[in-house]
Amino acid sequence: MSLSISLTINGQPRTIALDDPRVTLLDLLRERLDLTGTKKGCDRGQCGACTVLVDGRRINSCLSLVASLDGADVQTIEGLADGDALHPVQAAFIEADGFQCGYCTPGQIMSAVGLIKEGHASGDPERVRELMSGNICRCGAYQGITEAVLEAQKVMADKKGRNAA
Amino acid sequence: MSLDAPSTNARYGSNAGQPLTRRDGVLKVTGRATYAADNHPDGMLYAVTAVSRIARGRVTSLDVEATKAHPGVVEVMTPASRPPLAHDPDEKMPPFGFRIEVLQDSTVRYANQPIALVIAETLEAATEGAALLNPQYDADEPRTGIDDGLRFDPPAVGVGGPPKAAFGDVEAGLAKAAQVLERDYVTPAQYHNAMEPHAVVAEWDGDHVMLDMPNQALAMSCASYATYFGIPPENVTIRSPFLGGGFGSKAIINGPQILAILAARALKRPVKLVLSRAQMYGPVGHRGGTWQKLRIGLNNDGQLTALHHKSISATSSFDDFLEPAANASTHLYASPALLSEHEGIRLDTGTPGPMRAPGEASGSAALEVAIDEAADACGMDPLDFRLHNYAETEPGSGRPFSSKALRECYAEGAKRFGWAGRPLASRQMRDKNGFLVGWGMGTALFPCPHFPAEARATLRADGTALVETAGADMGQGAWTALAQIAAEALGLDPEQVELHSGISTLPDGGIAGGSGHTASAGLALNNAGKDAIAQLSELATNDPASPLFGAGNIGVEARAGRLYRRDDETRSESYAEILARAGRREIVGTAKASRDPAAAEAHAMFSHGAVFAEVKVDPDLGQIRVTRLVGAFAAGRIINPRLVESQYFGGMIWGVSFALHEEAIIDHRTGRIMNADLAEYHVPINADIPSLEAILIPENDPFVNAIGVKGVGEIGITGTVGAIANAIWHATGVRVRKFPVRLEDIIG
Amino acid sequence: MNRFDFIAPHNISEAVAAAAEPGSAYLAAGTNLLDLMKIGVSRPVRLIDITRLPGLDRIEWQPDGGVRIGAMVRNSDLAYDPRFARTFPAVAEALLSGASAQLRNAATIGGNLMQRTRCAYFQDTASACNRRVPGSGCDALHGENRLHAVVGWSEHCIATHPSDFCVPLAALDAVVELEGPQGKREIPLEDFHRLPGETPEQETALAPAELIVALRLPAEAARFAANARYLKLRERTSYAFAVVSAAAALEINDGVISHARLALGAIAAKPWRAREAEASLAGAEPTLEAFTRAAGFALADARPSGDNAFKIELARRIAVRALILAAEGTPEVMPALPASPFSTTPGASHVA
Ligand SMILES: Cc1cc2nc3c(=O)[nH]c(=O)nc-3n(C[C@H](O)[C@H](O)[C@H](O)COP(=O)(O)OP(=O)(O)OC[C@H]3O[C@@H](n4cnc5c(N)ncnc54)[C@H](O)[C@@H]3O)c2cc1C
Ligand code: SF4
Ligand code: FES
Ligand code: FES
Repeated sequence: MSLSISLTINGQPRTIALDDPRVTLLDLLRERLDLTGTKKGCDRGQCGACTVLVDGRRINSCLSLVASLDGADVQTIEGLADGDALHPVQAAFIEADGFQCGYCTPGQIMSAVGLIKEGHASGDPERVRELMSGNICRCGAYQGITEAVLEAQKVMADKKGRNAA
Repeated sequence: MSLDAPSTNARYGSNAGQPLTRRDGVLKVTGRATYAADNHPDGMLYAVTAVSRIARGRVTSLDVEATKAHPGVVEVMTPASRPPLAHDPDEKMPPFGFRIEVLQDSTVRYANQPIALVIAETLEAATEGAALLNPQYDADEPRTGIDDGLRFDPPAVGVGGPPKAAFGDVEAGLAKAAQVLERDYVTPAQYHNAMEPHAVVAEWDGDHVMLDMPNQALAMSCASYATYFGIPPENVTIRSPFLGGGFGSKAIINGPQILAILAARALKRPVKLVLSRAQMYGPVGHRGGTWQKLRIGLNNDGQLTALHHKSISATSSFDDFLEPAANASTHLYASPALLSEHEGIRLDTGTPGPMRAPGEASGSAALEVAIDEAADACGMDPLDFRLHNYAETEPGSGRPFSSKALRECYAEGAKRFGWAGRPLASRQMRDKNGFLVGWGMGTALFPCPHFPAEARATLRADGTALVETAGADMGQGAWTALAQIAAEALGLDPEQVELHSGISTLPDGGIAGGSGHTASAGLALNNAGKDAIAQLSELATNDPASPLFGAGNIGVEARAGRLYRRDDETRSESYAEILARAGRREIVGTAKASRDPAAAEAHAMFSHGAVFAEVKVDPDLGQIRVTRLVGAFAAGRIINPRLVESQYFGGMIWGVSFALHEEAIIDHRTGRIMNADLAEYHVPINADIPSLEAILIPENDPFVNAIGVKGVGEIGITGTVGAIANAIWHATGVRVRKFPVRLEDIIG
Repeated sequence: MNRFDFIAPHNISEAVAAAAEPGSAYLAAGTNLLDLMKIGVSRPVRLIDITRLPGLDRIEWQPDGGVRIGAMVRNSDLAYDPRFARTFPAVAEALLSGASAQLRNAATIGGNLMQRTRCAYFQDTASACNRRVPGSGCDALHGENRLHAVVGWSEHCIATHPSDFCVPLAALDAVVELEGPQGKREIPLEDFHRLPGETPEQETALAPAELIVALRLPAEAARFAANARYLKLRERTSYAFAVVSAAAALEINDGVISHARLALGAIAAKPWRAREAEASLAGAEPTLEAFTRAAGFALADARPSGDNAFKIELARRIAVRALILAAEGTPEVMPALPASPFSTTPGASHVA
């Protein structure tokens, strides 16, 4: 059985001919589309390394079946920067040293982008910590991560404010 | 760095000592940093191991037919079909290699041991193929508890460390003590769980093999793989530009990767193998459990009269790596008599290995709680007690420390934390919500090993440089710090220095472990840079056309891409000019570096620190939160404070993890780990870490090496575990002697 | 994961018809089902994708003030729905204390109800487990069972139900709407999950091929809006399943409790409604004594199923604490650490 699935990935419409319904979004990205920025840390929803945005919401791509995503819009770490210009979250992660080995980082960053979009953290570090708790960092870069999310959120709000004014 | 500090995007200056952001930062935040499993050569196959679900016995059958019948499965490798190896896997591979399990027979020595390898066209097919093998076993009773295993006297602990240290007469010291404290402590088996699972992509070209794999010891690994595959070491190339965390687990050769490499050779196609999270609880090392006993003699002035630290350390049934826990007591507190010793116990588990601060972490956990108990027994403040027993020289040997700014760590840490005024007794502090509040501390200590390393520094015609060493960046920031060291030696801005690392064809950068990588590879780069500059000076000072001609003994100094005459700053010349006139395209400096043996002989060398913890505990429900951690560390010269702070933070979080979270839960009836995942094997998440502070205490060490660099990667975990446990006691009155602390321990 | 056929029905009746074939399973977000398929615990041969079924993703307010929640509504969408969070704050808090932000964004209401136990032996296909393979035995019984059930268990199974969401739902008399080959029916959430008895494999009251289409909270559950909390004890601050949890809801008039609701989580194979405790509180003043007595009733029949006697005491204490917090009033805004004891209000400790 072959399924034909339409996805928009980082703004590009793609038609995926799926010869195997078992393929998860994570494995599709990594093993079939050469988008290896998204990482696999557990494959069971227990670490957050595979976080991407689907229809604008952060989810664990390891527990998402491609077959059920027909028509979805997927954004991965590769689609975040605008050419050479880093997304404010990416820039803030570098500045706050919000990573060490970098393996959890694409997931952390996509999660942070989702978190800021959701808009439930306000400027409260405790809320940021709680809402970033679905992304394990074994290196222990949490303090930098929290700092980066707060900073990026501010930068993005300022930018929005300026654009509105 | 505090959350309130204004964030700035400015560059921070340009040389060693500056908090430059990471050179690999952009690659890592854009997803362009390639880790081993991101590689995908044409025609690649997927391999998945099938693992044993018993811990001891034999595999009696595998349903290879069912697996082969699954669409997409290409091959199944079992003990019957595994191609030969040139080295007996049951023989240890020197210097650090372990016996490995690579389908040499049907014997099962631990749960999660590989028992077959399935190779398929897709990951999905390989995974299901492995599930279809339906192994049958002949199981023997597993031995995984302290009462089950065979005890033995180990010839060595850790990586060739002494199993025993003794000076003075411990029994006499205890006999004459005013009081003797005798306590038992237990630490569990822990698993590294780097976020990146162990992986390899292997591609053969004739009898050459290219291995993409996370690797903390490139040159050593090439030699080992070459021995297994019967090819010259130069035929093995390992690429490991990034590791998604190592923590010691990626320094040693493991069985599963060997199988995948064998499969690639046999099938003449590239093969990728990535372990599942569950499969990492077995063949790739762990921190073995310990059962420790401390006996401390105390006189009426609150001084130690004797210290006895014994650890029963677990290893596997077939190889030896014993957590050198008792050695944590040998270099820290002054005592007229000391005995540290180890006993081994053989369990049916995978062989343990070095895991972040091997020995020091579990040993310090026990020692620092015991010291806190001793302070309490003497009615003394824990900090006063530690100062009272401060070792001015190395206990036993009396050798001077190469440097030891521990007093400053205590003082600065205590000040920043606000330690003064801490009530002596437990259960004295509450916050406004009624939570019990406790403050505890621990001393941090870690040795400064130094590995032989090589490097090359090439000054190029345009005045920039290329520096090369086969090192590994697993998050400690090697790419950045090593470039800073090289830039300093070369008198260049780091932006003018290109660093190549992470591939075995470069000069041997030594091992990224033991917190010794920056010092070891850094010294090599420093020396290579100096060598290049010396050659350049030679060119200039011998060239009558150069303003530096004849500087001779007075010498020149390299700075900002120019050589200056030492006694006359107005006479200088740029590197590019010197090279151009000499008609040279480049100058290549090389170095092999290791520590000066005489300095090593004459000194005790350690990084030190003091960690202060505040915990809050729900008095009714027992839930604990570490609300504040302040660590002050002295570790020689700091190349990049931003990266070093991150290393300390990481270590301190590992301390939180050790104290409150990590434990492999083994069902002793089967020997299986029942929480071999990341949902139930808990490590801290973001909300567990509300506040960290790391203070970098300046320390000048002329003896450790020419660049004055000690190590920072592991020390953070030592001290922290004890500080948290002691804070829990201070909050609740409950003494922690078994890690991790559980809710039921607190509510009683 | 085994191979399977993937079926995307267009409406509920197609879905139900497709699911009637043996070996079928409904696929919602897949955060539980795919996980179990990866570890070989579930091996369905047909997946019926219900994510596109029309009409299942709505939160509908009833004229009487009750609410009907479609089975495909995502956990986070319900928790952050302002009117819902205001009206049923303990439910919102429970939702936000579960899993992670990513998982809540995907996980559906129906899937949350249907999630399977986290018993390690259930997840380990090499272990004996009556729930997974009826009649094979229960390796948890004398195994690593620190976190297993302390009420309602049997020798055949000592597992707990892991859902946070279901705990306040049980307290608030939620109703599950089903549609199956036999037509539509509804059952109280309290009767939805089953205690193991001799048939632990029968986890819920769902008949084969039956689909959860919606969940209803009755209007009278809104009376507790001002005094309702969910509290959850975990082994780390977040992203962990409950060791024990409690949902408490009170209606207090002139200093007297007129109605009380209490349910406990992670102590049984179902969310544990404590009716006797509730009855003991009706007409009482909201005092520590009254709460302690109530908690005593709630755990009266508890007994350890292994190394878990501590859970009985913890459950008692968390019940008391949840009642105290409920009496203090629903927080103005959702706490930063939902359901955590660390987002409690001053003076809440009661034992020590
Ligand atoms: C790491 C991790 C941590 C978690 N932590 C928590 C936690 O702390 N608290 C908590 O409560 N939960 C937790 N969860 C569980 C999570 O809430 C569930 O996985 C989720 O709610 C399931 O929803 P789903 O839509 O993904 O269901 P699916 O996985 O799609 O389905 C689950 C089951 O329900 C059946 N099903 C789904 N929808 C219907 C329907 N409408 N009618 C009939 N049958 C249906 C499916 O056939 C399947 O058997 C955690 C999960 C993970 C992976
Ligand atoms: S407790 Fe229940 S789910 Fe767990 S092993 Fe026993 S029967 Fe299976
Ligand atoms: S890989 Fe998806 S959550 Fe870990
Ligand atoms: S940076 Fe290494 S796991 Fe997060």
